[in-house]
Amino acid sequence: MTEKLHKEPKTKDNDQSPIIEIKDLHKTFGKDNTILKGLNLILNKDENLVVLGKSGSGKSVTIKCIVGLIEPDQGEIKVFGENVLNISKNELNAIRVRIGFLFQSGALYDSMSVRENLSFTLSKHKRDLSADEIEKEVMEALESVGLAEAVDKMPSELSGGMRKRIGLARTLILKPEIILYDEPTTGLDTITSREISELILDIKNKQKTASIIITHDMACAKLTADRIIVLKEGVIHAEGTYEELEKDEDEWVRSFFQ
Amino acid sequence: MILNLKNIFTEIGETTIFAKKFFKEVFIPPYETKEFFKQCYIIGYKSLPLVAITGFIMGLVLTLQSRPTLVKFGAESWLPGMVALSLIREIAPVITALICAGKISSGIGAELGSMKVTEQIDAMEVSAINPYNYLVVTRVLACTLMVPILVFFADAIGIVGGYVGINIHGDVNFYRFLTQIIQSLEFLDLFPATIKTFFFGFVIGMIGCYKGFTASNGTESVGQAANSAVVTASLSIFIIDMVAVQITDLFF
Ligand SMILES: Nc1ncnc2c1ncn2[C@@H]1O[C@H](COP(=O)(O)OP(=O)(O)O)[C@@H](O)[C@H]1O
Ligand SMILES: [Mg+2]
Repeated sequence: MTEKLHKEPKTKDNDQSPIIEIKDLHKTFGKDNTILKGLNLILNKDENLVVLGKSGSGKSVTIKCIVGLIEPDQGEIKVFGENVLNISKNELNAIRVRIGFLFQSGALYDSMSVRENLSFTLSKHKRDLSADEIEKEVMEALESVGLAEAVDKMPSELSGGMRKRIGLARTLILKPEIILYDEPTTGLDTITSREISELILDIKNKQKTASIIITHDMACAKLTADRIIVLKEGVIHAEGTYEELEKDEDEWVRSFFQ
Repeated sequence: MILNLKNIFTEIGETTIFAKKFFKEVFIPPYETKEFFKQCYIIGYKSLPLVAITGFIMGLVLTLQSRPTLVKFGAESWLPGMVALSLIREIAPVITALICAGKISSGIGAELGSMKVTEQIDAMEVSAINPYNYLVVTRVLACTLMVPILVFFADAIGIVGGYVGINIHGDVNFYRFLTQIIQSLEFLDLFPATIKTFFFGFVIGMIGCYKGFTASNGTESVGQAANSAVVTASLSIFIIDMVAVQITDLFF
């Protein structure tokens, strides 16, 4: 197990420095609910990293640490080479704008229409944009997820798959360099799941983003993953490509692929 | 019991820390003017009917209840002045604030609570939008400004209610009624009563926001946030009122 921890990432451009680098991350909630016990993780440029692991194994906690939603007890997180754990709020926000975060629930703003959901985010960051320019970017982002017709709908009128896509569009409107997907296909039917997975791949190819994709959906993992890591008991238990892990000697790891 | 008491103090401490942030953030741009005016509309304008009805009933009932006693002492002519004084000094501010605690504080608690539970607040945070600035500062500021206006409105409607109450037992000219009220009122009746309504408004908004922001995960906590916002805000209103009366007593 320890050997696997120190394995080099299996991507071609090993020479480039990683855009996310997590070292020895620890997190305990309350008194003794220890979730992360020294997690090490690397995300390379132009890479889709899929994270597997049982429910409650700390996958969401990990990516929430990256964007500063949860503060780890110990460890180091570097994003774009900057240590996000001891920088000012303004510096952190400058990094957050470059990271897209897709919440499991979509987290659309209920009180706003789809258009407002997107334009709200954009107008808060680019205050000098005219209304026309904002509208143009909103429609562009919606078209990239194939939902331009939903622009005047309220979030309550959308299906689960549509909510995920709008959430993704809201993320894309800031042109992020990294996207963190928290269970993008959970709760969706097979066909919709496949569409979302293809969308993830499409975004990566078109926008040259790097992504961390948390999922239980092996079809999604197979389609999108350049590399897969499996979380167990607060550390990375196994790592490799889909084909490698499918044939892993560890039965527990293999069980994800059945 | 002891555990309970400890919880109460922890809660007070945490609310204070949460509230302290307001005074820092309120001066820092970006100023969310659009959201602020929207909240003023929701908090102020939408509460008018409720405040009007309760204000009218308070004035009417107060008049009818006080009348027999004053008649017994042959002091019926004091009725308008007495009703106006009780209304303006105490009853309108407190009852209006309690109504607002029930309507506004719980509304904010439920709204922000559900935003918290469905990760909308986190979503703002990760897209580098300051949720405290956008959600809390606007709502608290709107409450602090709207509640005093609502109280003025309740004062006025209450006085009309009082006039109706007096007219049940005999004709009184409205102009004469108003003159009697104005003659019996002093600046000092209005001033402390108005000051405390700003505090009421601040507390109503702040407690609603705090309860919403600290809602734990799970849908039932949204109901809890709304519920405890009402309870805590109402209790705080009584405590502020008591302190305000003591201070007024000391100085005037
Ligand atoms: N904000 C929080 N406060 C307290 N405990 C938390 C919090 N977030 C997560 N946890 C704990 O961490 C565990 C792992 O959560 P999570 O990372 O969401 O799991 P998953 O791998 O399914 O995404 C949860 O079971 C919960 O006990
Ligand atoms: Mg999760």
